[in-house]
Order: sequence, then C-alpha cells, then structure tokens
Amino acid sequence: MAETLIALDRISKHYVRGKEKIEVLHELSLNIEQGDFLALMGPSGSGKTTLLNLIGGLDQPSAGTITVSGQRIDTLSGGRLAQWRARNVGFVFQFYNLLPVLTAAQNVELPLLLTHLSKSERARRVQIALTVVGLEDRAKHKPSELSGGQAQRVAIARALVADPTLLVCDEPTGDLDRKTADEVLGLLQTLNREHGKTLIMVTHDPRAAEYAGHQLHMDKGRLIEAGAQA
Amino acid sequence: MASAFAQVTAVTALNLRTVPSRLGPSMVIVIGIAGVVGVLVALLAMAEGFRATLSSTGRADRVLVLRGGANDELSSVIYRSQVPTIEQAPGIRKDADGKPIAAAEVFMLTSLPRRGATDPTNVVVRGTQPNVLAVRPEVRIVEGRMFNSGMREIIAGRGAAAEFEGLTIGGSVAVRGDGWKVVGIFESGGNVHESEIWTDAEAIMSAANRGAPTSVIAQLESESQLQPFKDFLTKDPSMTVDVLSEPKYYASRSKMLSNLINGLGYFVAVVMAIGALFGALNTMYAAVSTRSVEIATLRALGFGAAPVVVSIMLEAIVLALAGGILGALIAFVLFNGYTISTLNGQTFSQVAFDFRVTPALLVQGIVWAAVIGLFGGLFPALRAARMPVAEALRAG
Repeated sequence: MAETLIALDRISKHYVRGKEKIEVLHELSLNIEQGDFLALMGPSGSGKTTLLNLIGGLDQPSAGTITVSGQRIDTLSGGRLAQWRARNVGFVFQFYNLLPVLTAAQNVELPLLLTHLSKSERARRVQIALTVVGLEDRAKHKPSELSGGQAQRVAIARALVADPTLLVCDEPTGDLDRKTADEVLGLLQTLNREHGKTLIMVTHDPRAAEYAGHQLHMDKGRLIEAGAQA
Repeated sequence: MASAFAQVTAVTALNLRTVPSRLGPSMVIVIGIAGVVGVLVALLAMAEGFRATLSSTGRADRVLVLRGGANDELSSVIYRSQVPTIEQAPGIRKDADGKPIAAAEVFMLTSLPRRGATDPTNVVVRGTQPNVLAVRPEVRIVEGRMFNSGMREIIAGRGAAAEFEGLTIGGSVAVRGDGWKVVGIFESGGNVHESEIWTDAEAIMSAANRGAPTSVIAQLESESQLQPFKDFLTKDPSMTVDVLSEPKYYASRSKMLSNLINGLGYFVAVVMAIGALFGALNTMYAAVSTRSVEIATLRALGFGAAPVVVSIMLEAIVLALAGGILGALIAFVLFNGYTISTLNGQTFSQVAFDFRVTPALLVQGIVWAAVIGLFGGLFPALRAARMPVAEALRAG
C-alpha cells in the first residue's frame, strides 16, 4: 500500500467580506497518497482551487490541519511556507504565468535561483527539464514567441526543474485547444507514471480528468464523490 | 535555500528588465526627480558661489580696523588722528622703505545703471591709497593703469566693469555728481573687490565732503601677529576700534544672503520633492499593480516577501538615482561658472559672483534623489509584499 503524502484533517476555509462570512471549505478531510494523480472537479465556486491552494501552501486554512510528508504546513509562517513551497511544490497555472521578459530557459531556471546550485549545474538541470517537455530547441525563445501549448510545457518544465515532491496544476489545459491539451495532459501523465511525481490537478474538463488516476468531485466546499480510473 | 541577498539580486534584475516595457511611467520618476535635483543644486550653487566669493576675499594675515561697535565699513569712521597710531601698531609689515603696508580707506556707495538698463543700482566706491597694490598684492591691473593721487580717476573691478554702464577704459561715470574717468580695470582673484570701483581716498573724500576714512586695512608680518596688534589697539583708551582678520569680516558679510538663498533653495526643493515623491509613488504603485501576477508567481515559486520589498525599493531608487544624476548633470552644465550679480543686503551693494556646482552639492542632490526613491518605493513595495499570493494569482 502506498504511503500517505498529504493528509488534510477537518479543513475549513472562510473569507470575510464586510460583515459577511463566506465559507469556501467546510470541515474537509482527505488523504492523498505518494505517486497519486488526482483530479479535483466541480462547478465554479465549489472550493477546488481554494483546496489546491491550501495543499500547495499558497494559503492557510481557517481551521483544521494539513500535513505533507509528515510536516504540518498549516502552522508555518509566511516566510517558512515560501521556503517549503520552493523545496516541495511545483506549480502549473492555467495561463502559464511565465515572465514575459525572460526566455524559456530563464523562466525554467527561476526556482533554481532559490537553491545553492552553481550556474553550470542550474544550466544543466534547465536543459534536462526542457528536454523532458520536448522544448530543448526553444530554450532561448521568449514566451511571446511560443504557442500556448509550448508555453504551458515551459511552465511544466519550471514546475519540475527543482525536483519537487508534488506538482499542483490549476486548470492546466483551460487555455488550450483539444489537441494541445491532450499533449500537455499526456506529458503530465508521463511525469506521474514514469517519474513518480504526485500530481493534483483542478479541472472543469471531464476528458482532462480522465488522464488522472483518481477524481474527486466537490460542491459547496465539500467532497461529494470519488472515482478512480484504471 | 539561497540567501536573501541572492533572491534580492534575482528579483531586482527581473524588475529592472521590465523597465523598458514601462518606459513612460518610469520616466515620470526620472524626470520629476531630475527637476528637483537640478533646481536644488542650482540654488545651492548660487548660495555657495556667493559665500565662496565673499569668503575668498582676504587673507588671514591681513586685518581690518573699524570703529568700535561698527558692524561693517559702511557704518564705520576712523578719525584721521587715529590713522598714524594704527599704522605704527606692532606687527604691521614694512615695505622696502620701512613704511607700514597699510591703507586708510573710504567705503561709499554710488548709483550706476546696469548695462542695458536705466534704473541705477548701488556700487561700492572704495577710496584707497596709492600703495593699495602692496596692501592687496592679489590685485592686478589687467587693462589701463592705476589711478593717480588727487585725480578724479577710477579703476573698476572686472565684475563691476562687466555689469555696469560706462565702466570701460576712457569712459566716464558720475560719482557724487561729477564725471570720473575710468583709467583701469583690475582683477582680484574673483573675490568681492572685483564688484567695486576704486579711486584715490583723498579725491573721493573731497568730492563727498567727508573728513575721515572709514577703515584702515593693514598687512601683518604674519597671522600670529593678529593678537598683539589687536591687543595694542583695543587696550589704548583713545582708540575705541575693532580689529578683525579679513576672512572673518568677509565671511560675516556673506552670512545673511547665503543663508537666505540656502533657505529658499531647500524650501523650493522640499515642495518639488513632495511632488516628485507622489509621482514616484504613483508610478511604483502602477508598476506593482501591473506586475501583481508576476510578483505573485515569484512568491508562489518560493521567493520571500522581504526580497520582493527590497527589490521594488531598489528599482525606485535606481530610477531616482538616474533622475538625480541627470538633474545634477544639467545643473552642472547649465550653471557651473555662470556669473550673476545680486544685492548684498548687508552692504547694500551689488556683488558679482559665479555659481559654484561643487562635488559636495552634486552628492547632496543625488542623496536627495535616493531618499525620494526610497520613500517612493517603500509603500508600493509593502503593498506588493502584503498582497495575498493566492488572491493575486486569481486576479491574473
């Protein structure tokens, strides 16, 4: 049986807008195993992105605990949480979030600037990451010179270059056409199956969710259904 | 984890690389601060030039003897009977003939029109002795000749000659109603005497119906003779005189106006700096807003809040410094050495002087720029650091 990588226990999250308290997640508990590829699905406002942000250490819960690889992350300060993200999490965003003034290689190198690696070692790892996503020949191109699919693959290379434990993907194919989306999803599946990366992906798209090993459906801040693919 | 310094370097480099894509807003900071620094440096250079002109007048081994309690030459009178006592006081240098190197002088004002103007302005007329070039060896006649004793002849300082109508060799000007012939132009190393006109003391006293000189200027054997010379005269109950070294006297003459110009300079600069600060704040808030997703992305990747704050402040400071250097450079090119004249309120006479854009003023201007940049970047940087990462990513 696989080891539990992420354990969420009675997680709640609410925001205050004026006098109104908006509850986004309600006492949600969930275990995610090492090497899992999990798709979080649900309608807009169901809380899936909030849940993804909590797992990725971008936000803190209002109540409950989050443990990743045995470490409580819900109690970390902002600075410690940033360090934890740098070491443990790779992010893939819907709109890629590449820095437009940097080349593909420089974008991929960004997480490595937070390490003590030498320049040559950083360059070697960037080269490997770009090769994994099939874009070694686009290293010197800026984001504006890349197609949407290529830009997302650069973002994936950036997410995996520091060899994080966990990849969190927020609608990674939401901005891509069907064919390109399939290529990107195939790449994510390969990273999961061949490189053993644990992936959590938020998506609206049932076809995208089929690439995942497990699907979780959410509504109104609660998990309502779970399914698994072969 | 990499050090905070490495993170700051990386994020700052990224920020600065985005400046060309935000050239217009960035130039608001550069040009605004260039204006502040340019005006500040120019005004302070004016005060500095005025102060330097007056404080460069005189030597530490030369003394001025005034009536006791007189603040300046204009309000002083030295009786003719006191002059020999002063000239025989111990410590005065003697010339080759054994005569004391000293001169009883008359300090008066006359009104002359400026070149191209009709309204008259006060000019200092100094009645002095034929040995004045021995008393003030820094003075040299550069055109024409020295005035003759007892004649209605004048020599004009180079600054005065440039400023006032009629002060050219062969020209004639009215001093106390009579025509006085200009026979020479002199230089005195750029000090205040270059704004004066000189003539024979007896001739001008006669024309002005004055019976006594206003001061005695004397060359001492050395600076150390000042105290014995002073003691000799001030302990003599028949004298009632004040003895001042020349530099001390002229420094006191520049104080009021240079303080006024300095005060005006700082006031104008502070008002302009407040405007430039708001310009910088506006620009940097806009920059932070435009790049909120980029900043949030960097923070999602693990870059700390502190490096983001420092890097945004550094960007503002770099832009401000560019403005500061530009403003200082403009002030230097346009004003350094530029000659003007103004009324010295302490002598009621015109003083011609050069703007002096000194290295210290340039540094001061650039420090002002850095401070404006610091505060212009601080609050936008804090906003960027406080921005919730998840929220900022969603906003993109």
